[in-house]
Amino acid sequence: MVTIYERKPGLSRRELLKRGGASALLVISGSAVISPKHAWGLETSALKPETMATLIQMARDIYPHDQVPDKYYAIAVKAHDEQAGKDPAHKDLIENGIADLDKKAGSGGYRGLGWEEQRVALLKDIETSPFFQAVRGGLVVSLYNQKEVWPIFGYEGESYSKGGYIARGFDDIEWL
Amino acid sequence: MAAPFDLNNDGVVVIIGSGAGGGTLGNELAQKGVDVVILEAGARHEYDDFVNDEWDSFTQLAWKDKRTTSGDWRVAKDFPNLPAWIVKSVGGSTTHWAGASLRFQEHEFKALSTYGKVEGASLIDWPITLAEMEPYYAKAEAKMGVTGTNDWPRLPGNNNFKVLKAGADKLGYKECHTGNMAINSVDRDDRMSCQQTGFCFQGCKWGAKWSTLYTEIPKGEATGRLEVRPNAMAVKINHDASGKVTGVVYADKGGKLQEQKARIVAVAGNSIESPRLLLNSESAKFPNGLANSSGQVGKNYMRHTTGSVYAIFDKPVHMYRGTTMAGVIRDEARHDPSRGFVGGYEMETLALGLPFMAAFLNPGGWGRSFTTALDHYDHMAGLWIVGEDMPRAENRITLHADEKDEHGMPIAEVHFDDHANDTAMRDHAYKQGQALYAAVGATRTFPTPPYPSTHNLGTNRMSEKAEDGVVNKHGQAHNIKNLFVSDGSQFTTGGAENPTLTIVSLAIRQADYIANQMSEKSI
Repeated sequence: MVTIYERKPGLSRRELLKRGGASALLVISGSAVISPKHAWGLETSALKPETMATLIQMARDIYPHDQVPDKYYAIAVKAHDEQAGKDPAHKDLIENGIADLDKKAGSGGYRGLGWEEQRVALLKDIETSPFFQAVRGGLVVSLYNQKEVWPIFGYEGESYSKGGYIARGFDDIEWL
Repeated sequence: MAAPFDLNNDGVVVIIGSGAGGGTLGNELAQKGVDVVILEAGARHEYDDFVNDEWDSFTQLAWKDKRTTSGDWRVAKDFPNLPAWIVKSVGGSTTHWAGASLRFQEHEFKALSTYGKVEGASLIDWPITLAEMEPYYAKAEAKMGVTGTNDWPRLPGNNNFKVLKAGADKLGYKECHTGNMAINSVDRDDRMSCQQTGFCFQGCKWGAKWSTLYTEIPKGEATGRLEVRPNAMAVKINHDASGKVTGVVYADKGGKLQEQKARIVAVAGNSIESPRLLLNSESAKFPNGLANSSGQVGKNYMRHTTGSVYAIFDKPVHMYRGTTMAGVIRDEARHDPSRGFVGGYEMETLALGLPFMAAFLNPGGWGRSFTTALDHYDHMAGLWIVGEDMPRAENRITLHADEKDEHGMPIAEVHFDDHANDTAMRDHAYKQGQALYAAVGATRTFPTPPYPSTHNLGTNRMSEKAEDGVVNKHGQAHNIKNLFVSDGSQFTTGGAENPTLTIVSLAIRQADYIANQMSEKSI
């Protein structure tokens, strides 16, 4: 009998907001977005690093999971930088889309909006735009298809090499 | 060993497609001493090549060639170029199917007589009855190792089934069990039993689930009379001046066009590709396409009335562990118009992994309403609704006016509008499914829209009268004696049951007919 995996509670939304929102955790340095607290950085080559930082925040606002660290959102949107390097039209789509969001957000820009609700309201306005659809459409695969995030959701992934679940809890439900 | 046949050998039966219909027909004919060439559009991946990963497996197995869609179904909006989730690989969609093997009910072969005329639907009765089908259902169940038949025990229930069963008991449903599954519950047929691995949709890496890939096809090949030619995409069926078909033109792996001569051609490319091929085989003699003197080819496209209900509980479920389709409730499959619709539906457990749950729970959805559902992925249970949908002449496969594939063949356009009966049935099923989970303590439930179609049916339908359909009761074209349809496209109506068992039964029956006709020299 396998032990039921109970997820550790993630950051509550209130805690997250108390820390000033995710935006405060990211630092722009040269051509990179850096998360000093979590020791990772993402070098950009085609997109501006500020654009990438906003894209990461936007990704989190589209698919907010408070228990998923920024790193995975950064990995999920990284392909836009690569695509922008190959395709000027895609670069324009992303850069202009982010610039538009920043403009709509006012003086502090999109990342300067403290409340998720404020940022989501802006996203709602552009929900049907090609820019939003390009970001959201890619993200639903690139975020949730990262094997590293699966354990956070309690999904165990590949099971054949472990002999399936016949001896690992396929019928271990105890609360019914 | 597999017999390679010469392209000019005009004594062979050429079957297009190697799935439930084509793969079964090929083996059955080979066992009777008939020479068979199966043209399969996809590559050959054996079961140890399958991957326990949803997107990687999709890339490996799915039919991804572009199609277009129209109509009021939500798939046309969310997945405009992916109307169907079916397979392009040797074994066809039997690599991907879940294994549910339910017989049609008697009245489902007599839809028009039982339901009466339904406005906006093109219902007719099947030209065959359950009584005629029963011996073939029995043969198919024996071949496929269907649990709950032939003294094979049913599979043990997984967590997702246990939640379903608890809810079924609370609602007073009487017929709830782990199904009749073409998945070995004991070692048999040189294949092992189910290891409760999950990933049934990604191809069973144990070979425990029946697929033509590692049952019918190698058995047929062992006779020396069956050749499966992978990477062979059929583009046109040729005929002679008398109207008899003479061969199949296909694009080989390098894209070069070849023609395999044939004594008989059987089309089994699933309900989008089969009519596409017949329509594309137009000629001066048959300007509307082959077998289409009735104008019915491509019409009456059915996809079952489907949908899912997922539910979140305050305690863990881990629905993805074990058999993907792990149990069924059959009580709603009856015909009972007092519910506000004709026909019925089955409720069957279903689980998706996290990547596909994100893609399919609410396509296009975002924000916290969406993500808080996924946050409780391991506390989720789920079921799939599969019910009879109404055939409609306007729901159809046509050749795209402008867009062509890399072989110059027009791509398929798939049009589908829900009939009011479909919508009423789906709404009823959502309500029942949500009530079922609420009865077990669900804190939140999700009436999830239909996925791209896995049950594609009816586009070359069987009919008593030639003007009502495309093929007769043997799947033989009404107006071309040596042309057959051998897949789900020959279904007259859809029934409430998963179609594979009926496709396999029809293929066994058709093989008897073809072999007889050949020995009588009538074809």
